[in-house]
Amino acid sequence: MSNMINDETIEYVGILAKLELSVEEKEQAKADMGRMLDYIDKLGELDTADVEPMSHVFQVENVFREDVVTNGDERERLLINAPQEKDGMFVVPRTFE
Amino acid sequence: MSKQYETVIGLEVHVELATKTKIFCGCSTAFGAAPNTQTCPVCTGMPGSLPVLNRQVLEYAIAVGLATNCDITRYAKFDRKNYFYPDNPQNYQISQLYLPICRNGGVEIETQQGGKKIVGIHEIHMEEDAGKLIHDEWEDCSLVDYNRSGVPLIEIVSEPDMRSAGEVIAYLEKLRQVIQYLGASDCKLQEGSMRADVNLSVREAGAETFGTRTEMKNLNSFKAITRAIEAETERQIDLIEAGESVVQETRRWDDAKGESYAMRSKEDAQDYRYFPDPDLTPISVSEKMLEEIRARQPEFRTEKMARYREEFEIPDYDIEIITGEKPLADLFEAAVALGAQPKKVSNWIMGETLRLMKEREVDASDLCFSPENLAKLIALTDSKQINSSVAKEVFEVMFAENVDPEQYVEEKGLKIAGDEGALRKTIEEVIAANPQSVEDYRNGKEKAIGFLVGQTMKAMKGKADPGAVNKMLRELL
Repeated sequence: MSNMINDETIEYVGILAKLELSVEEKEQAKADMGRMLDYIDKLGELDTADVEPMSHVFQVENVFREDVVTNGDERERLLINAPQEKDGMFVVPRTFE
Repeated sequence: MSKQYETVIGLEVHVELATKTKIFCGCSTAFGAAPNTQTCPVCTGMPGSLPVLNRQVLEYAIAVGLATNCDITRYAKFDRKNYFYPDNPQNYQISQLYLPICRNGGVEIETQQGGKKIVGIHEIHMEEDAGKLIHDEWEDCSLVDYNRSGVPLIEIVSEPDMRSAGEVIAYLEKLRQVIQYLGASDCKLQEGSMRADVNLSVREAGAETFGTRTEMKNLNSFKAITRAIEAETERQIDLIEAGESVVQETRRWDDAKGESYAMRSKEDAQDYRYFPDPDLTPISVSEKMLEEIRARQPEFRTEKMARYREEFEIPDYDIEIITGEKPLADLFEAAVALGAQPKKVSNWIMGETLRLMKEREVDASDLCFSPENLAKLIALTDSKQINSSVAKEVFEVMFAENVDPEQYVEEKGLKIAGDEGALRKTIEEVIAANPQSVEDYRNGKEKAIGFLVGQTMKAMKGKADPGAVNKMLRELL
């Protein structure tokens, strides 16, 4: 493995992903991420000087819909999977701005 | 002796587009629906759902770009901006970072010194709005309503070209005017369909580099923006004068307290890890599409002003005010089209309408009375069925509830009494009751007639034409 992930990076990625990892999980994640980066490095071996950056896997563009209302009220179905609901809304832990 | 400072301001303006449906799904954007009744798997971030771009959003964004002298990006795409917050069900917002739809534009504003100045527009991009969080007063939790999730926005990012609160307001008014003329949004700050974040830094006058800037949010009115800019300028200067440094941060303005506080702590990493959205296809703007949008651009203010000068005999000042806000111009033109005399329509707008708008803090886009009713009111005064003070009284009711003036006047019995007999009888009574004034008049005191007219009007409860009263009085005397 040529890519080594340090503790600081794994801590930072954990914060971004809102994950709390145990010491063992951190070690496991460091090894996994290192291998992923090794794999990505493989791509760097290719000569892509003449290849346009790609933003979609298919050669397709301009897929639009018209500005017409097609959806109705599906609140009941939407809230079926909500762990908790109140007054037709999802209940989440108190959030501060 | 304190140093001279210069304030440097750039704005990020979010505008909610006036489409019928959301940006990536067929859910309604109508305002005021019950929570979560305008949602679907796409705008609630359900796995496996597929967003598809609303063509109207793209067309509005391009139209705004053209109207603000931007280059339209011929090959544009959407990116994902990743962050976790309950109002954002996908855990990313679909936005544009790498290839925004419009770039390198600018609008001209008038400065307070009376000069003109271009405020540059760095870019305009399309993105989706987030849901709404309601903080439960009784329990320690928050409630989420996703009706607003996926409502289309454009974000207009200016260059740091403004130097005062006055310039910021002029720029915002200009944007609002252009966008209202396009019909792309109603741009109401109070209701959040136009939102401005202010990026501000100060530097010593003449300095070449910018100071450290802060970003201010939660500015819901022009007044709040002005106050926030003044307070933030002062806060930053105080810090610098005290030898401390300004921290780059996002601050929230509290208009009631007249101060701001830092919103996000430094520890909370801001790393959005943007990457192209693989669910949405790239956008290729053809010459044909551009031509079609260009051809549909409306008559903007400058052209409208020129046409008004040609077509209507109303003062330049009136033209400037009326065309300054699209809803006023629409009202004016519609009432004139219904046959009302332009000068009279203009007088009602310039006088009573503006007076009541100011007094009751009503936006031009919230005016509720119809041009039909304004034209009817003018017709009622033209035909002398009501006098001018009654007309003002009726207008106030119309302004508040859009009543039909003909019906209202009829119901309340406000019409000038056409019955000569009744008027004659009243005048005879007034003459009998005021022998002193009658004698004064007969002795050549012209003023005395005014008093008698007043007494007659009072007895008629205002429902008489003062001119006719005057005439009949003179006859009887």
